[in-house]
Amino acid sequence: MERMPTWADVILTPLISLALAFSISALVILAIGESPAEALKVMVEGALGSSYGWGFTLYYTTNFIFTGLAVMVAYHAGLFNIGGEGQAAMGGLGVALVLLALPWPHWAFALPAAAVGAALFGAAWALIPAWLQARRGSHVVITTIMFNFIAAALLNYVLVNLLRPVGSMDPASASFAPATHLPKLSDMAGALGLEWGENTPVNIAFFIALAACLLVWLLIWRTRLGYEIRAFGKSEPAALYAGISALRITVLAMLVSGGLAGLMAVNNVMGEAERLVLNAVEGAGFIGIAVALMGRNHPFGVLLAALLFGFLYQGGGELALWTTIPRELIVVIQALVILFTGALDNMVRMPLERLFAALRRKGA
Amino acid sequence: MDFATVLQILDSAVRLMTPLLLACLAGLYSERAGVFDIGLEGKMLMAAFTSASVAYATGSAWLGLLAGIAGAAAMAGLHGLASISFRGNQLISGVAINFLASGLTVLLGQKIFGLGGRTPSLSGAARFGEITLPLADALRPVPVIGPIYAELISGHTLLVYVAFAMVPLTWWVLYRTRFGLRLRAVGENPASVDTAGVSVTRLRYGAVMICGVLCGIAGAYLATGISAGFVKEMTAGRGFIALAALIFAKWRPWSALFATFLFGLMEAVANRFPDLDLGFVTVPSMFMNALPYILTVIILAGFVGRAIPPRAGGEPYVKER
Repeated sequence: MERMPTWADVILTPLISLALAFSISALVILAIGESPAEALKVMVEGALGSSYGWGFTLYYTTNFIFTGLAVMVAYHAGLFNIGGEGQAAMGGLGVALVLLALPWPHWAFALPAAAVGAALFGAAWALIPAWLQARRGSHVVITTIMFNFIAAALLNYVLVNLLRPVGSMDPASASFAPATHLPKLSDMAGALGLEWGENTPVNIAFFIALAACLLVWLLIWRTRLGYEIRAFGKSEPAALYAGISALRITVLAMLVSGGLAGLMAVNNVMGEAERLVLNAVEGAGFIGIAVALMGRNHPFGVLLAALLFGFLYQGGGELALWTTIPRELIVVIQALVILFTGALDNMVRMPLERLFAALRRKGA
Repeated sequence: MDFATVLQILDSAVRLMTPLLLACLAGLYSERAGVFDIGLEGKMLMAAFTSASVAYATGSAWLGLLAGIAGAAAMAGLHGLASISFRGNQLISGVAINFLASGLTVLLGQKIFGLGGRTPSLSGAARFGEITLPLADALRPVPVIGPIYAELISGHTLLVYVAFAMVPLTWWVLYRTRFGLRLRAVGENPASVDTAGVSVTRLRYGAVMICGVLCGIAGAYLATGISAGFVKEMTAGRGFIALAALIFAKWRPWSALFATFLFGLMEAVANRFPDLDLGFVTVPSMFMNALPYILTVIILAGFVGRAIPPRAGGEPYVKER
């Protein structure tokens, strides 16, 4: 099989897939009788046209970086972790328990503890599917889907029966103490004398997400464990032959993956809602799949794709506000991106490979 | 708990299991042919929307059913295109289909009806009515058997009976016809089917389209049988429960009947007794709702009989070059 140049593989194919996904989205907008150009204008202005828009865009981006990295790490081990939604929800439970258990004096103490709680709960929720896959051969995709539903039921129970403050009708935990509230980016800008993003939820967790990108890159490409994960994902028999334990790699990769998904809770539960509410994840776990696919399973790609989806998410909200296009347009765009960059990858790749092969023959 | 209550719960279980059964059998065809399908949910949702819309526009539940089948079949075609023709990842394709249906139904529903993603309520001939079986009223006074016949067996919509008839039919097709043998073979060892001169692609497309048709009936039942119209996200995870039932049934038709009845019964009990008091412990409704998923994980773990999927499931077939 003749190979394409790397740049075509890494940049050209995803861009063509993305262009296809967006053209069909434009057709969908046309079909419901709206103007795609007008819609794009509203989205760009709403999401990127002001520091207020950017504040929300970056807040969503932070969520998607975590869930995208989660899908990515598992993917390198040849595992499709579709359970980011449940793992992030459990991460929220971890954050809430840590923050409600102790009277934290300052957010700087609460943040590391909450992050550990979030990662531990997320990782724990990925542990059972991982172990079942490695030891009992149950497919991790099916078990993580089931665990998403079990997590939703569990959270529903915990919020209604255990964490709900006395006298409250709302299925949500008590608000976290003001001392644990994370500094917003707007506060930081204010400290520097700048006015940026007033009343937006983007907070210090954004920097944790950026750091996570770097750490994941180091883990996957610069450590022994990362090498083992990639070897195992590329060829399980070869990895086994080289003395890599399937159980160890499956479990570790899923623990890291679940932990990353859980860490999202630092942003949405601790940073934004400042209490645990029902369905706090709002589908971000699933968007992680699109983000990882589009980002070609590289942290830098994940960062860019998360930014794109952050823009789409905030822009979609603006669309629903200012036009008659419902928010669900974003779900359609998300579906098309997953379809074209994931499932229909070969549709773009096969003609391109043929094209490059033809060009090479001509050149030779 | 008296006899009448038991009958009511069983009756409700039969209604609730019908979409699960249809979707479960749908998945059975697809997965037995080696095409994994986690997009049952999306196909049902799309079918529920198209069937409710057409039934509302035409006033005919039958045209609605056809539209439902067409809607789900279109999604199935997409899944076939991605996972058979372009040899893409079947799981990713399924995920995409779920989102596509979830978004498109609301988008189109808002555009056409302007009710925030709902369709207007259906009534009269736009819904499938309940069928009273012959002699139901005459037999009612007979003790035990009478009420069972009149309440439980009679008085469902046609699609319920279709769903139940699909079980022996599926068994017969899979185990007693040439098509069924080839279908099972292509899910276990496609190369051998190819060697015998039978097209793997055509067989798999056939299975995927049957899956679409059955999901279409399931969706139409949801929107025009059990309820009166389409509501946003009305499948509410039923496609995944059907998937769970399929694994629980170990990809076999008669077991699928049992598994979907069990899951339908759990839902019926959870609806009837939100907090089930067993005397020593109170079972919250959330637990009953999560039980199908928990049971499936236990089955998958192989602690209660092992569930082994079709061997070639999830892998695109590449002819040797």
